[in-house]
Amino acid sequence: MAATKTRSSSFSRNLSAVTYSQSPGLKYGPNGTMFISSGIPDLDKILGGGFSLGSLVMVMEDAEAPHHMLLLRNFMSQGLVHGQPLLYASPSKDPRGFLGTLPNPGSIKDDKSRSRDTNQDGLRIAWQYKKYIGEQQQNLSSNNDGKQEYCNDFDLKKPLERHFLSSVHVDCVGIQDFESLAALHDRCASFLAQVARTDGSISAGRIAIQSFCSPQCKYSNMEWHMLSFIRSLKSMIRVSNAVVIVTFPPSLISPSFCKRLQHMADTLLSVRAIPDEDKELAKLLTGYQDMVGLLNVQKVARLNTQVPIILEATTFSIKLQKRRYLVLECLNQAPIDGSSGTSYGTSGSCSGSTKTGSLDF
Amino acid sequence: MEHRALNLLDEALGLDDKAKVWPLGGRVVLVEDCVETTGSFVLHQVLKRCLTPQSPSVVVFVAFSQPFSNYDRILRKLGCNLAAQRDNRRFVFIDMLMLQCPDACEDGLVPLYEKIEKVTCGLAKEKATTIFIDDISLLEVAANGSSNNVLDFLHYCLTLTSEHGCSLVALNHEDIYLNTERPTLSLQLEYLADILVKAEPLATGLATDVHGQLTVLNKETWDGQGSSRNRICNFHFKVKENSVEYFYPGSRA
Repeated sequence: MAATKTRSSSFSRNLSAVTYSQSPGLKYGPNGTMFISSGIPDLDKILGGGFSLGSLVMVMEDAEAPHHMLLLRNFMSQGLVHGQPLLYASPSKDPRGFLGTLPNPGSIKDDKSRSRDTNQDGLRIAWQYKKYIGEQQQNLSSNNDGKQEYCNDFDLKKPLERHFLSSVHVDCVGIQDFESLAALHDRCASFLAQVARTDGSISAGRIAIQSFCSPQCKYSNMEWHMLSFIRSLKSMIRVSNAVVIVTFPPSLISPSFCKRLQHMADTLLSVRAIPDEDKELAKLLTGYQDMVGLLNVQKVARLNTQVPIILEATTFSIKLQKRRYLVLECLNQAPIDGSSGTSYGTSGSCSGSTKTGSLDF
Repeated sequence: MEHRALNLLDEALGLDDKAKVWPLGGRVVLVEDCVETTGSFVLHQVLKRCLTPQSPSVVVFVAFSQPFSNYDRILRKLGCNLAAQRDNRRFVFIDMLMLQCPDACEDGLVPLYEKIEKVTCGLAKEKATTIFIDDISLLEVAANGSSNNVLDFLHYCLTLTSEHGCSLVALNHEDIYLNTERPTLSLQLEYLADILVKAEPLATGLATDVHGQLTVLNKETWDGQGSSRNRICNFHFKVKENSVEYFYPGSRA
């Protein structure tokens, strides 16, 4: 709060412009909540600020494409850049190896489509040489919601610099070998205890669990165990300063089990790949060539409030800008003939048959 | 005595019945919702009605999904101080977020029931308890999928309604059971419920002006001649921080 300079314009909403000078990764939200960044500036904007501390974020995977990894990578990188401890659990053989694929913060230059060009150059310097320039450049432009510190753009082609990894407590767990979920539960509990212990300043922790119900895990046939694990994880996280993001493949589990998981989620997202050559969809949407997938926001966390957050659009296209930066954009329907039956709510269905709608997620 | 205008939901629940002190006494209210539209605001509103100074009700709130702080903040915005009510012993909050009963329910649900029973039996005659369960599907998860145990527990709670004039207000998620072959729990609950409240999204999708629609099925409303009939109400709602607006479809400009 102390470092806030006079802002040039007052068009930003107050709550998003207030960044906490002690902990750049945190931001105050409404109803006594705090946000941490998802690592994707557009997603933060869509969700109204980011992921709420104490919330459970669930991502429904596309069974055929690893788009959920894009979300996970940015989420984890952002945490490491902010010096937030991280717990990563994955069914892969070598979970620590995944850390090598995390993206490095960069900056989008010469951006025509979005109005964030003004301060980018200076900001990059501010970011890299922060300790020299100090807090001068913080909260520079309010038209960017003062997010330079809070949320970085990540260059997917550059691996995360080593000093980020070495300075932060990172815990990697391979869940493939676990006989039951009790071990993972204990790891999460001890991780959360560590986060809670630093009392002086508010710090946040991040837990990322990848492909939670995937069949290579030995407990994958114990649905009730998995549910009660998620339930107790959610209860633990609610009283701590951390965010859990769990991805799971909905097609591999029974529909009622999937619905239960969806109900437990505070924030529910789903990702889908789009096929390369889908003529029908290409006709329907503008900018189809640049898309790599679709993101659907099905639920936004509502902690401490009863008012639901209704988004203007729920489906967004995932694009890689300059093949490096992850951006989310609203779907723009190309003006075409009267096939009005397929609105953007159902346009996520990849194949030509659009009857399935959003239910088969 | 202040007279707050009753809204459509209150009327549908039968709270406008002047003949009784507490119209919900002895009745079971089941709220069903789905992923797209949550029905928790119905619980909030009934909870607020229960805790008005006029109502004789004492609330036992069994929480599976949200901690006390969440409800405290929400109800405070609605004009009801849960912390103060807790000190007045009109509100008992039972935090079940960490409950796990892996094998049998002796270590989980039985103590829970005993707690509820203790509160209920310790009350004076003119008082009545209202039991809130904020998520039955999570109760099921806590009981490790044993819907029999959950049903037993609920039946025990129901005996309290008949013996002591308790009422039970519970939330369940309807869409979980849609694909199940024989959803015993859901069907039994719907059978047992005197008032069934369903929260659904509009068929046309979510909108900022209308957050969804409620269908209230009130079984056994007495129409004055001694015969009972069902009454179905259907209306739209918009949830706000300090209230919920209810209106009939198309009645808003």
